[in-house]
Parts: sequence; structure tokens; C-alpha cells
Amino acid sequence: MLEKLKILVPFIALGVMASPIAASAEEGLAKPWQMNLQDAASPVMDKIHDFHSLLMVVMVGIVLFVLAILGYVCFRFSAKRNPVPSKTSHNTLLEVVWTAVPIVILIIIAIPGMRLLYFHDRAQDYEMTLKVTGHQWYWTYNYPDQGDFEFDSIPVPEGDLEPGQPRLLTVDNRVVLPVDTNIQVLITADDVIHNWAVPALGMKIDATPGRINERWVRIDKEGMYYGMCSELCGVYHSFMPIQVEAVSKEAFAKWVEQAQEEFAQNDGSSVNLVEAEQKSR
Amino acid sequence: MAYGAAAAHGEHDHHPTGWKRWVYSTNHKDIGTMYIWLSFVAAIIGGAMSWYIRLELAHPGIQYIDDFQFYNVLVTAHGFLMVFFVVMPAMIGGFGNWFVPLMIGAPDMAFPRMNNISFWLLAAALVLLVLSTVVGDGPGTGWTVYPPLSNANYQPGPSVDFGILALHVAGASSILGAVNFIVTIFNMRAPGMTMHRMPLFVWAILVTAFLLLLAVPVLAGALTMLLTDRNFGTTFFAPDGGGDPVLWQHLFWFFGHPEVYIIIIPAFGIISQVISTFSKRPVFGYLGMAYAMVSIGVVGFIVWAHHMYTVGLDADARAYFTAATLIIAVPTGIKIFSWLATMWGGSIEFETPMLCAIGFIWLFVIGGVTGVLLANAGIDFAMHDTYYVVAHFHYVMAIAAIFAMFAGWYYWIGKMSGRQYPDLLSKVQFWVFFIGVNVLFFPQHFLGLAGMPRRIPDYPDAYWGWNYVSSIGALITAVGTFMFFYIVWYTYRSGKPVTADNPWGEGATTLEWVVPSPAPFHTHEELPVIGSGGRPTTQAAPAE
Repeated sequence: MLEKLKILVPFIALGVMASPIAASAEEGLAKPWQMNLQDAASPVMDKIHDFHSLLMVVMVGIVLFVLAILGYVCFRFSAKRNPVPSKTSHNTLLEVVWTAVPIVILIIIAIPGMRLLYFHDRAQDYEMTLKVTGHQWYWTYNYPDQGDFEFDSIPVPEGDLEPGQPRLLTVDNRVVLPVDTNIQVLITADDVIHNWAVPALGMKIDATPGRINERWVRIDKEGMYYGMCSELCGVYHSFMPIQVEAVSKEAFAKWVEQAQEEFAQNDGSSVNLVEAEQKSR
Repeated sequence: MAYGAAAAHGEHDHHPTGWKRWVYSTNHKDIGTMYIWLSFVAAIIGGAMSWYIRLELAHPGIQYIDDFQFYNVLVTAHGFLMVFFVVMPAMIGGFGNWFVPLMIGAPDMAFPRMNNISFWLLAAALVLLVLSTVVGDGPGTGWTVYPPLSNANYQPGPSVDFGILALHVAGASSILGAVNFIVTIFNMRAPGMTMHRMPLFVWAILVTAFLLLLAVPVLAGALTMLLTDRNFGTTFFAPDGGGDPVLWQHLFWFFGHPEVYIIIIPAFGIISQVISTFSKRPVFGYLGMAYAMVSIGVVGFIVWAHHMYTVGLDADARAYFTAATLIIAVPTGIKIFSWLATMWGGSIEFETPMLCAIGFIWLFVIGGVTGVLLANAGIDFAMHDTYYVVAHFHYVMAIAAIFAMFAGWYYWIGKMSGRQYPDLLSKVQFWVFFIGVNVLFFPQHFLGLAGMPRRIPDYPDAYWGWNYVSSIGALITAVGTFMFFYIVWYTYRSGKPVTADNPWGEGATTLEWVVPSPAPFHTHEELPVIGSGGRPTTQAAPAE
């Protein structure tokens, strides 16, 4: 059903769409009138795409099946066409079938679902770590393996955006990460619960005060990937974007050198405990 | 028999008059009516909030709501109002009170005075909840009230405390109501009305009452802990004192998941009655239908953490909750197929209640299949906290429930008021509302897939198109809503009087259709005796 509707989209879009965001090769953000998941840029998101495609077949199949029966029944058994109702009220075989068949369908869904669940659970053989801390209303990033420097990532106000920078998604200091690298991501928060989400990377995990959550990511392609805080965190919840720039390993090494200097004033502790304490009072 | 005839026989229809009739009421029908009116009042407030939200979201950027705390308050209050003060009062308090005693052949509820206090506690809770949005800054926490955001540091002022108190009082109301239903259904069935002869609506209310009885105290405990965290320096949910914010989520959703079944199971009951009536057939697979509801209720208690897939639960725990959640699809499927099988071979009259029931099936199936998707922890990382979830739960428990309420109201209003709704207008209302909600919520699936988070007053420009369509849907839905309220007004003022005990014909076999329309103040003064098939062997005899 979705696939069919999709054909219509360009026509609608041509007619109605305002000027879209300048598209570069890998822009990890939603397109106008988008109807499906964002393009995958990580193995996890790849598998989410596959699983979603399977589920779409099942879901559309079930909906069409029920709709077909409903339509047929309304047509064939209306009072006009069928004035005398049947009085049958049981059919054991039928009832067994409509219990058993859904179970089979669920098993077909559950097997790839469980595989996916365990696939993106925990980092294996990771090569570097990124620490993420959520605050009201910005993110702090820390690179423990590259000299433990850290910086705040503050959203750019609408008036200061440069052409081509998407509204509500652009930050001053973005997270720079190397491609083709297994990265462990450790996430916490120092005030309320936030959620660090980057749809194109299949990344979404709560930043909970008092807890450290772990996830892993491997970025396949160089590019810019955007996300938004995905847990209601107060007044400016919709204004704490996530911007990940994926670069080649060489470019990353160069950036690290610059960043170490630029963010050298930090003392290296990932969470400033005094400040956190004050904030929580 | 006409209303006048019943009234003339004064002895049986004696009741207090004026405000005392309502404020002091111990009559299940009057209390049911008051519940339905309370639901209407809350629906207007909660609906207005949702339209204001959709108005703001029609275009990117900030148009109308520049106070984002106020936006969060709208989101929060819309959720609370719709769940606790629209759907629950209408279906359980309203239709439950009205028709459970009638359907089982009982003269009234088991504890009529407790019934009165249940209603008035809920009315007080509604006042408290509305007050919570206007004292201080309002509760900007979402209906899930997750700490630390709901702690005093982040929501200072009395708003959240008012909200907690409102939920406590509403919870007490629900527990009392649940006890009343359980006792009534277990003890006051007419002779011959065995458990397995009870209409499915009564089964639905029974299951719902047990869910309320077991789930609401957990919410009450969690709310009390939050209250002391906020005001008395405890740290149940504050990590700096050894507490854990995730504990709240476990407690909240241990209540919250059964809560969604508390909303939808009575809807199952109404839909079963309506489909059976207008197909002129008994419900297909009655026992399977009854025990499907029981098993949905039971399994509903052990799946709560599927609301928490991103909090950092262990993979094995998520695997368990995925499997348990998927299992719910089986009894739910049984219900859908049994309704279809009831219609199959029937002789279907497309009266307005039946249209609403068919609309319900459509909405519930769409919401159901997206639920099967969301049950999978593996893919939930793409969907969690996006508009996909918003679309899913509105389909499956919000608008599906509303169509069940429309179905119930159209089905029973003749019995409740003695007047019939305007036929053509009600069919137009159904279509307007049905198209409206689909235009409103279907595009939200696309927004969610594309990654748009929930509970945001402004969104990146790329999400504009489907948001705009969705807001147009909200406008159509608003038209449908006002048409419904016009129909209510019209019916009470100048609806055609219903003279027959049973205006629906051979399909309507439950006991409420053997008493006069409108149902007299006191019914079943001589207990009917129920034979096989749930039909009375002697007629109930009020008046005459």
C-alpha cells in the first residue's frame, strides 16, 4: 500500500513543496514528504531497514486480508442480499486455525526480530569510545581515547544559521567521528532524562542521570547525520539537536589534533561534578 | 411502552427531583448519565487542547504557542483528560453503570452509595486536574510524569502536586467503581444468568474492573513516592540520594500498560454487542471471545517494559518483553476474526452504531499491526518516541475507543433517553469523523518513520508536508466532533421518541431490550429468570 502511494509523492511534492534543504551526497536527515525510514548509514540501520521491509509485507498483508473480508462481508451479507441470518455460532476448526496461523506469523517475525535485538545490543571489539552527556538543553561530548578532551555542542539559533544549515538541527560544535570504525558510545545525563538519537545511524538511547548506557555504532559513509533529543526534557526539548559528522580516519586524526588544542582548557573530567551538584539543587 | 405510561405508575418510578436527584444519586442510571456528561465536558477541553496543538504544528516555526512550558502542559493535560476523564468515564462509568445491571438482570449496582462517591470523586479529580494547569506553570511533564523532570527542581510550584492529587482521587474513584462492578457481577446476576451466559459487554467490564483493581494501586504507590520526593526530601527516583529514575518508569508502566487495556476492553464489549445485534446473529465463538479478553488482561500485566526499550534494559529482558508482547496479538486476532465471522452469514443492517463498529475494526486493525511492529525491541530504536508511536496509540486506543463510544451512544441512546438520534445526520457524522481521524493520524506514521520526535512544538522544515496534512485532518475531525455534540443536543431536544422496548429487532437479545424505553428509574423489580441463550423465560416486569 505504501509503495503504491509512494509513486504519487514526487507529484505532490513538486506542486506543494517549499525549497528543500540543499542535498549533498550523504545527508542523514528527513526529506520533505518522506514516507519511509531515513537512509541507512550504519550496519544496525541496514538491518532495521531489512526487518522493517519484512514487517511491512506482513502488516500490509494482514490489513488487506482483513479489509477484503470486511468488504466482502458487508457486500454479501447485507440485509438486502441475505435476509435470513445463519445461526451457527461455533466452528472449532476455524477457531483453531485463526489462533494457530497468527502464532506462526509471529514466530516468523520474532526470529529476525530477536537477531536484530542482539545484534545491536553491545559493542564488540570497539576501537574507540565516545562519551555523551545530556543537559538541559545541550549535549557534551568527550573523547577519552583521544586525550580526553571534551566540548559542549550548543544549538545554533535560527538567526545565526548559514545558508544550507537546517533549522533546529544545527549545532556549533558537532560530534566528529571516523567512518568504518566500531565506536562504543557511553551515555548519561546530569539533570533530567534525555535521549541521544540519530535516525540514520539507528541510534537511540536514553541519557539517564545516575546511569551509564552503552550502545555501539559503525558509520559506513562519510557525511552529516542529524538527530534530535528524543525524550521530553523540559521547556526547550525540541531545541537540542545532535549533529554527527562522519569523516575518513585520516581526516579524523587531523581533527583530533585541532580539537585537542581548541578544547584544551577542559580539565578532562567527563562530568563536572561540582557543576552537576549545583544544577541538581 | 412509553415513558409516560411508566411514569404514571408512580410507585415504581418515584425518585428525588431537582439537584438532589443528581447530587445525592444512588441510581445506576442517573450516575451513568452523569459519567457520560462528565466525559463530554472533558472531551471538549481535551479536544480543544489537541486542536490547538495541531494548529501550532500545521507549519514549521512558532506561530501561536511561544511559551513552550505551556505547550508541554497542553500535551500533558490532553493525555490525562482523554485517558482518565473521557474514555474511562464514558465506557466504564457511563455505559458500564447503565447496562451492566440491566444486562445481568440486577435491580441496581451492589453498592449504590459507593457508586455515588465514585462519580463525585472523579468530578473532583477533574476539577483538580484542570486547576493543575492554571496554578503555577502547569505540569509540563507529559502524561508519563517521568522524574527527574517531574521533580521539584524542574517543575517547581504546585502544578505537578495538583496533578498527582487529581490522579490519586481519580484512582480512588476507579478502585471503588471496580469493586462495585466485581461484586455486582459476581453476586447480583439474575437466576439462570450463569457466567457463561453473560453478554460480552459484562465480561468486558468484569475484566476491566480486575485490571483497575490490580493496576491502579501501583500507580497510587508510585505517585505517593513522587509526592514525597517533591515535597519531603525523599529520593526514590533521584540518583543523588540512591534512587533511580527508571524505577518510576517500571512502576508507571506496570500500571500504564494495563491502563490501555482498561480503555480498550470495554470497547471490545460494546463492539461485540453492536455487531451481534446488527448482524442478527449471536457472537461467533462466544467462549473464545470472553476468554480472549481474560487472557489479554492477564498477559497485559507482564509486558510493561515494552514502553522502556531505550532505557538501557538488558538484551535478555528486552527479548522476554518482545516475546510476551507479541503473544497479545493472538487473543486480539481471535477477537477480530470472531467479529468478522459474526458478520459472515449475518443479515447486516448498516445502522449508525454498526458503521461505527466497522470503523472500529478498521482502526483497530491498523493500530494493531503497527503494535506488532513496535513490540519488537530490535526495531523500536527507530520508532521509540517518534510520531510512529503517536500514530499507533491514537489508532489503537484513542480513536478506536472513541468509535466504540460513538457506537455505544448511538446504540443505547434510545434506551437511555427514550429518544432516537437523527439517522442521516449521524451517518454523515460518522463519515466526517472517520475520514478526519484517518487523515489526521495516518500521515503521522510517515513522520515517525522519517524520525520526527513526539512532544515538540517546532520541527525541522522537512517534516512540514505531512504535519500540514495531519492538521487538516484535525480540522475535519473537529467538524465531526461538533456534529456529534449537535446530534446529542438535537436528540435530547427533539429526537424521535422511542416507543418500542426493542427498536433494533431480532438481533438485540440482551436484557436491556426487554425493559421499556427509556428504561424506568427502577428496573427488574421482579427478577427475570434466564434460560438458555441468555434470554429471559419470564419477562422482567417493571410497571405494567
